Amino acid sequence: MPHFAIIAVSILFDGLAYAMFLFITSVGLSVTMGLMNFVNLAHGAFAMAGGYLVVTFTRTLGIGFIPSLLIAAVLVGAVSVLFERGLYRRLYKSTDLEQVLLTIGLAFMSIATATYFYGPIPKSVPLPSWLQGDVNLGFRAFPSYRAFLIAVGAVLIAVLWYAFERTNIGAKIRAAVDNRRMAESVGINVDLLFTLTFAVGSGLAALGGGLAIQLFGLSPSFAVLYLVLFLIVVAVGGLGSLKGTLVAALVLGIFDTAGKYLFADAGGFFIYAITVAVLLVKPAGFYGRE
Amino acid sequence: MSEAALQVRGLNHAFGALPVARDINLALERGARRALIGPNGAGKTTLVNLITGALRPVAGSVLLDGKDITTTSQAERARRGLARTFQINQLFRGLTVLENICMTIGERDGNCNNLWRSAGAKRSVIDEALDHLDALRLTDDALKLVRELPYGRQRLVEIAIALAQKPRVLLLDEPAAGVPSSESHLILDVVAGLDPDIAILIIEHDMDVVFRFAKQITVMVQGAVFTEGTPDEIMNNAEVRAVYLGEEGHQAAQRGGRHG
Amino acid sequence: MAASEPQKSAGQVARDRAALFLIERHRFRWPEALPWLIAIACFFVFPDRMTFGGQVLIMVMFAISLDLILGYAGIVTLGHAAFFGIGAYTVGLLIARFGWSEPISSLFAAAVLSALVGFASGWFLLRYRGLTLLMLTLATAIMLQETGNLRSDISGGYDGLPGLTISPLFGYFDYDLYGHVNYLYVLGVLAVVFFFVRRIVYSPFGQALTGIRENVRRMHAIGSPVHRRLVTVYTIAASIAGVAGALFTQTNAYVTLTVFDFDNSAKVMVMLILGGTGRLYGAFLGAVVYMVLEDKLSKLSPTFWQFGIGLLLVLAVLFARRGLLGLVENAGLCLPKRKKP
Repeated sequence: MPHFAIIAVSILFDGLAYAMFLFITSVGLSVTMGLMNFVNLAHGAFAMAGGYLVVTFTRTLGIGFIPSLLIAAVLVGAVSVLFERGLYRRLYKSTDLEQVLLTIGLAFMSIATATYFYGPIPKSVPLPSWLQGDVNLGFRAFPSYRAFLIAVGAVLIAVLWYAFERTNIGAKIRAAVDNRRMAESVGINVDLLFTLTFAVGSGLAALGGGLAIQLFGLSPSFAVLYLVLFLIVVAVGGLGSLKGTLVAALVLGIFDTAGKYLFADAGGFFIYAITVAVLLVKPAGFYGRE
Repeated sequence: MSEAALQVRGLNHAFGALPVARDINLALERGARRALIGPNGAGKTTLVNLITGALRPVAGSVLLDGKDITTTSQAERARRGLARTFQINQLFRGLTVLENICMTIGERDGNCNNLWRSAGAKRSVIDEALDHLDALRLTDDALKLVRELPYGRQRLVEIAIALAQKPRVLLLDEPAAGVPSSESHLILDVVAGLDPDIAILIIEHDMDVVFRFAKQITVMVQGAVFTEGTPDEIMNNAEVRAVYLGEEGHQAAQRGGRHG
Repeated sequence: MAASEPQKSAGQVARDRAALFLIERHRFRWPEALPWLIAIACFFVFPDRMTFGGQVLIMVMFAISLDLILGYAGIVTLGHAAFFGIGAYTVGLLIARFGWSEPISSLFAAAVLSALVGFASGWFLLRYRGLTLLMLTLATAIMLQETGNLRSDISGGYDGLPGLTISPLFGYFDYDLYGHVNYLYVLGVLAVVFFFVRRIVYSPFGQALTGIRENVRRMHAIGSPVHRRLVTVYTIAASIAGVAGALFTQTNAYVTLTVFDFDNSAKVMVMLILGGTGRLYGAFLGAVVYMVLEDKLSKLSPTFWQFGIGLLLVLAVLFARRGLLGLVENAGLCLPKRKKP
C-alpha cells in the first residue's frame, strides 16, 4: 500500500477512536446544556470519577474491566442525580457566570479529592488479554483497544440515535430542547426529563472517563484538562444536538489527530483554530439553534 | 406634500413557515395618534419589532421621514428619532430610576461617549431627567433601584425611558398593561399631553383607551391589516365587530364615542 | 405658585436630593483611602515580604482590569490571561531580544501592544455572547500560548526567559534584592491606573456599561452603540492587564508561557467573585484575600488549598453572590460605591 495511504488510514483510525471518546464523554454535556441552559463545568469531574472508580474496581476489587466500566457508569449516573436535585436545581435561573463558578468550584474540589485518595501520579488499568495487543488487517496492525473503542462508540451512537429519534422519551427530550415552555404546557414533565437526561449524560461521561484511561492515563487534573475539549465539542456541534456532537467529535478528533501526525510541533493548534473558524461563522455551532 | 413620519410598505415576514406579517402597509403622519388593535397573535408586536429593527423583514421596506431604514440597525433608528416601549418591561433593574433616565439622555445626546467627566457633572441632563420623572410622578422614587419598585411604577419607568429619547416617532406596546387602574390614567394623560408633532402608534387591548386616544385605528388580523379608519368607522364596522370587538367592545366604543 | 415661599415644596426637595446624589457620587469618600494606607503600612510592617507584596498588587491590577469587562459591562470571557501574557512577554522580549530594559517605557510598550490585540480580538469576538464567547476567548488565549510554544526559541517555551535584568527606575533607583523599590514602583503604577479606571467607572460611559450589563436589549432600543462601547472597554481592560503582566515580568525578572494558562484567567475570576464584582474595591479585597490565603494554605497542603478554594467558590455562589464586599455591606458598615441614598 502506498505510504501516504497508510498514513491516511492510520490518521482515520486513531482519529476515529479519539472522536468516539470525545463523543461518548461530551454527548451528555451537550444535551444537558441544550435542555436546561445550564453550564456544567463539573462534567469533566464526572468523567474523572468514572475513571477512578474503574481503577479501584479493577485493581483493588479484582472486577473485570468491562463490568467495572458498566458499574462505574451506573454509579456515577445515580450519584449525579443527588447533585442535580440538591445543588444544580437551585441555579437554573442564575446567570451563566454563577453556574460557571459553582461548577468550577465543584471541579476543583473533585480534583483535590482525587489527589487525596489516589495521589497525583497517573494511573492505568489492567486490560483483559483480548483488548491488549493488535488487530492485524494485513497492511497495518491496529491496537485492539482502539478498535474496541470505535466499536463501543458505534454501538452507543446507534442506541442513542434510536432512543432519541424513535422512542417516546427521545421525542419528549427533543421537544423540550426545542421549546421548553411549550413542552411544559403540553404536559411534559421537563424537570423529571432533565434529571433523567442528566443522569444518563453523567453516566456516559463516566464511561468515557473509564475508556480514556488506556488512551491518556488518568490523573487528578483530568477533570479540568479535558473539560476544555468537551466544551469545544459541545460548542462546535451545537447545544442539545446528538448529531452535532457526533459531527463535531469526528471533525475535531480527526483533524487534531491529523495535525499531530503531520505537524508534530504545531499539532495542538488545529483543534482551536477550527473551533474559532466554526464559531465565527456559525456561533451556535453546526447544529445549534439561533 | 408633507412626508409621513413613518411609512411601512409591503412588509412581509415569517417565522419559518408561519407568516407573521403579510403585505403590511402603514403610514404615520406627523402628529399621528393611531391605535393598532387586533386579536392576540395578530402580529402587532411583531410589526413593532420589524419597524424598530429588532427583526429584519423577508421583504418590504420601512421609511423614517422619507428615508429608507430597512437595513439600518436598531440603535441607529433609535438615534434618528424612533422610540418604543416593550410589552414586558425592559428596564435597567440594577440601577436607580434616575440613572435609567439619565443614561438614556446620555445616549441620546452623546454624553455617554465621555469617559472622563463624572456622570453627574452635566446638570442639564439631571434636570431634564427629573422633569421626565416629575411628569410621571416618579420623583420620590428617583433614587430607588428599579427592581425594588412595584410593577405598576416600573411600567412608568418603561415609558419614561422612551420619552427621554425625545423621539419623533413613538411606538407604545400596551403601555398600561399590568398597571393598576388608579395609575393608568397617569400614563394616558402623559401620552395625551405629548408634543403634538410626535407621531404615536399605540398597541392596546383596552377599548376605553383606544377610543379616547386614537384619531385613527388600524385593525390587524393574522399578520395582515384588516381595515383602517377613524374610531367611528371602526366602531360601526360590522366585520370588525365580528372578528374582534365583540359585544363588550362595541359598548365601550359607544361610550367612547359619546365622550368624544 | 409657591415661588415666593421661603420653604421649598416637597417635590422640589425630592428633586434636589436626587440631583445631589448623582452630582456627589464620584467624590472621594474617606474609606477609599483605607486600601492605600494599608498598602503603604505593609511596606513598613512587612519589609521582608515585599516581593510577595508586589505580586499581590499586580493581581489587584489584573483583577481591576477584569472587573471593567466582567463586573461593569457584564461580559464573561475565559481568555483574559492572554493580555496579561502579552504584556509580560513584551517586557521579556524587549530585554531578551533587544536589550531594552528601561522599565517605564517598557510599561508603555506593553500597554500599547496589549491594547492593540485587545482591540483586534474584541472587534471580532464581542459580537458573540454566552458559551460562544467563552469558547472563542479561551481558544484565542490557548492559540497564543501554542504560538509561543511553537517558537520556543524566541519565547523560551515553558522554561521561560530567565535572567532578565531591569534597568534602574528613573535611572537611579536600583531594583534591590528585597523588592523594596519594586513594591513602591508597582504601588505607584497601580495608583495611576486606578485613578483612570475610577474616572471611567463614574463617567457617563461607565453608566452606559452598566446599562449594557443590566439590559443590552434595551440599550440597542435607546440607540446605544453597544458594540463600540464594548470594544472600547475591552481595549482598555486589555491594556491594563498588559501593564499588570509587564510588572509581573519586572517583579520576577522572569517570564514563562504559563502566564497564558487558563489557570490564570480562572484565578483572577475567582478573586473578583470573592471580593465582589462591579465595585472596584472588590478587586482589592478579593485579590488580597486570595493571595494571602494561597500563600499560607498552599504551603501547608496544596491539595487542601485547592479543595478549600473550590468550596469557597461553591459557598460564595450559594450564599454570598455579591462577594465579601457584599457581605460587609450587608453587615451595615458604610462603604462607598453602592447606590443606597
